[in-house]
Amino acid sequence: MKKILIVDDEPNIVMSLEYTFKKNNFEVFIARDGQEALDILKNALPDIIILDVMMPNVDGYNTLEQIKSDVRLEHTKVIFLSAKNKEKDIERGLALGADLYMTKPFSVKKLVEQVNEIIK
Amino acid sequence: MSSIALLVILSIYLALLFGVAHFAEKRANSKWVNNPYVYTLSLAVYCSAWTYYGSIGVAANSGLNYLPIYIGPIIIIPVWMIVLRKIIRISKINKISSIADFISLRYGNSRFLGALVTLICIFGILPYIALQLKAIAETFHVVTKTTGDSNIFSDTTTYVAIALALFASYYGTRYVDASEQRKGIVTAVAMESVLKLFFFLLLGIYVTFFVFDGFDDIYAQASILEHFKEKNTIGGIPQAINWLFLCVLSLFAIFLLPRQFQMSVVENNRESHIKTAVWLFPLYLVLFNIFVYPVAWGGNILFEGQSVNSDTYSLLIPQLFDNQFIVVLVFLGGFSAAISMIVVSCIGLSTMLSNNLLIPYGFLGRLQSDFQETNNKKIVNIRKVGIFSLIILSYIIYRVFVLEYNLFSIGMVAFVIIAQLAPAFFGAILWKRGSKKGAITGMIIGFIFCMYTLLIPYAIGISDFDSSFITNGLFGIELLRPFQLFGIDYLEPVPQALFWSMLFNIMSYLAVSVSFTGNYRERNYAEMYVDIDQYMATNESNFIWKGTANTTDIQKVLNRFLGEERTKRALNLFRLKYQVEKIEELADARLIKFAENLLTGHIGTASAKILISSVVKEEKITLPEVMKILEESKENILINKKLTETSKELNAITAQLKKANADLILKDKQKDEFLDTISHELRTPITAIRAATEILHDNDDVPEEMKKQFLSNIITESDRLNRLITKILDLEKFDSGMQKIYVTKNNIYHTISETINQLQQLIDNKKITIDLISQKNIVKAFYDEDRITQVLNNLLSNAIKFCPNQDGTIAIFVKETEQIIEVAIEDNGKGIDENDFEAVFEKFYQSSNQNIRKPVGSGLGLAICKKIIEHHNGRIWAENSVNSGARITFTIPKYSRLNQKNT
Repeated sequence: MKKILIVDDEPNIVMSLEYTFKKNNFEVFIARDGQEALDILKNALPDIIILDVMMPNVDGYNTLEQIKSDVRLEHTKVIFLSAKNKEKDIERGLALGADLYMTKPFSVKKLVEQVNEIIK
Repeated sequence: MSSIALLVILSIYLALLFGVAHFAEKRANSKWVNNPYVYTLSLAVYCSAWTYYGSIGVAANSGLNYLPIYIGPIIIIPVWMIVLRKIIRISKINKISSIADFISLRYGNSRFLGALVTLICIFGILPYIALQLKAIAETFHVVTKTTGDSNIFSDTTTYVAIALALFASYYGTRYVDASEQRKGIVTAVAMESVLKLFFFLLLGIYVTFFVFDGFDDIYAQASILEHFKEKNTIGGIPQAINWLFLCVLSLFAIFLLPRQFQMSVVENNRESHIKTAVWLFPLYLVLFNIFVYPVAWGGNILFEGQSVNSDTYSLLIPQLFDNQFIVVLVFLGGFSAAISMIVVSCIGLSTMLSNNLLIPYGFLGRLQSDFQETNNKKIVNIRKVGIFSLIILSYIIYRVFVLEYNLFSIGMVAFVIIAQLAPAFFGAILWKRGSKKGAITGMIIGFIFCMYTLLIPYAIGISDFDSSFITNGLFGIELLRPFQLFGIDYLEPVPQALFWSMLFNIMSYLAVSVSFTGNYRERNYAEMYVDIDQYMATNESNFIWKGTANTTDIQKVLNRFLGEERTKRALNLFRLKYQVEKIEELADARLIKFAENLLTGHIGTASAKILISSVVKEEKITLPEVMKILEESKENILINKKLTETSKELNAITAQLKKANADLILKDKQKDEFLDTISHELRTPITAIRAATEILHDNDDVPEEMKKQFLSNIITESDRLNRLITKILDLEKFDSGMQKIYVTKNNIYHTISETINQLQQLIDNKKITIDLISQKNIVKAFYDEDRITQVLNNLLSNAIKFCPNQDGTIAIFVKETEQIIEVAIEDNGKGIDENDFEAVFEKFYQSSNQNIRKPVGSGLGLAICKKIIEHHNGRIWAENSVNSGARITFTIPKYSRLNQKNT
């Protein structure tokens, strides 16, 4: 069973994502900001992480930087899922090493397809 | 009173004087020393012992004749102010330290002219100083009831003269640079001026109101005396002309007397002080003259038929009534008047003597030492010896010529001699064509006339009253009678001498100046003197000079008098003034003038020029060339001024544009960020709605419970979207000015209670304790209740949100003053970062990191609150409370000038 970590501070969005990935046979972890995500990652080793950018305490970019500096997470894929849809935001996200940058609002179906594609 | 007692009093008085001078030197920068009143009072050195005793003598013997001496200066004062300012400017710029410097510099640094002026001054002033000594001696004998002593060692005047000589030579030569100010002397003189006036008024009041019964009483008793009437009317035209000449004479004196020049020009440290002098000085003279008449005629009444010296009435009257106290005070007043005149005159004269006579004609060669200290010591010594010998010389004149004339006539002779400087002096600042040759010729011819019509007959008159020279004229020619020269017999000797000497002086000055034009240097200075205001800022640039000179040579000369340290500093100043990177190896005209100025204070203008000329090679310039260069430099100054102004304006405009541009860029960036944030905030609920909808659409197998939850989320997020749009529009209304505030009289206590009720559900959910703390439950003010409710709702919602989940408390404080009401809302949450106290009121306030979200809700609430409060003319601010929770306070005025809703 593949493991997925969802990091977002909007509970209603998280709820939809949680429902969808559970339905697609993922083990789902949830964090409400970057700090919580990093705490979870100390124990868990997900296959993929879905990361929001604008979050309280530690933002998405910062979180990714720390993920990338952790050797244990070398093979973990990361998808940004953010309402920040400017060119420079996307470029920055990809430059930091994200596998995909998806903008909100998004198609649930397409997200699931992309996730499956990436972790194949 | 015994001589010893009086001497003791005198010694104490002199010690006090030393004390004041010493104090002022020590505190040279204090405002007690540097103020327009001290300056004006120091000008009152004009009132010497002659005024103090002599006017009474004149008033007693010849009635109103004493008045012109004071009327002259009083009439001229308004003009004096303008002319004096000009003279002060010229003198400051050129570092002029005496009237001899002033005149000789204008006529091309003329060594001869400086020396001539000096000699005329010494000739005029020495007898005048002798006169002061005579006054001291005579009054001393009157007070002590002794007679003069022919033995100089037992004559008290000898010791007084020596003491004065020491005082003046010590305090008068503190600075080598004679254009420096002598604060000690000035302050001592100012104090003496106060004392002499005070004592004189005291005497006047004593005589008028205690000895007699007021002015009327004196007049009544005097009018029955012999000659009263003829002495107190101006007898026809001849008498009026006499009067006029005396007025003119004293008018010259106020400018030309070395002591007046010293006090009004050299010792002036601020031009603005003239403004006070312009009213205070005439007032001083008027006050001094109020009681002259009553005292004089009081004396005439009391001593009728007795042969007493009317000059000493002021002492004799109190003495007659045995009032020793008044006698001593009057004596001290007269003593003050005499010594201030002596000291200041000697300082002025000795500067001239050293800088314009001794140094340029002989001692300059001795000042060639390479050591500054040695040279300066020599200069100071020359001046010290100068002052000392001048006083002693005056003393000798006093002893040898046993001055038989009264105070008044000797003073007048001095005035006439000094008046010979007038044409050259006034020509210097008014007439550009006045030349050195003209000035010298005028002065010499005027002086010769003076000798013939005044000095020689007076000198003869001492021993031979019936001299045939006086009664029959030179070689028995009647036209050449000195007192009735060329047959004019209705003028008194002094006005007559003034008339003839001035007439010939002015005529020769004009005639020679017009016939022989001066050299280029004279013309150069003529321009700078007459149009000083134009040249003021750029003094050295207007000096015209052609030739070759090595800067190092000039520097060497300066070193000899200023020392290396000061020379370096001075040259640095020069560089700064003209913004030259480095002083060129070859000196230009500006540097030469600058160097001359530096030396002038030490050794006088003539010597300065001689010294500088000795190390440079000057080329002749023709007069037309000078005029051309001056014209050009004037034009250049104008053009430069215009250019500077234009470039200043351009700079200002550029700065404004830059600022406007920076503001625009900032605004643009803020707008971008605002749009960014808004789109992000709008997309978030849409995202939630879209995701939930898609799940419901694509999956038929969603459990019922989940389905309900998704639908409820869609409703919540739609509401959120709607609220957000409302707030954005609200804010936009405030920003565009469309939002109107309608104020009515309301009770804030009530409004707050209502708002709490609206939020009661949220408060109960989080189990928050809420306290509303107010002194009264009716606190009224004018405001828009809907809008203030919106503010309170927002602030309370935030407070509720930030309260900890357990033991949350919110306190609301209501206060009122006369003008405002104040509401503070405080929670016990985490508080606000100090750096964000102001930022929290910005739209979508973000902390330094833009990607960190603040859980404040939409990010627009506080921005709207601020807009509402500001529209009420109130204030809102954030801080942290004592328990470190957040505290937001707002005030609104009780009575607003805003539109009130029509009800």
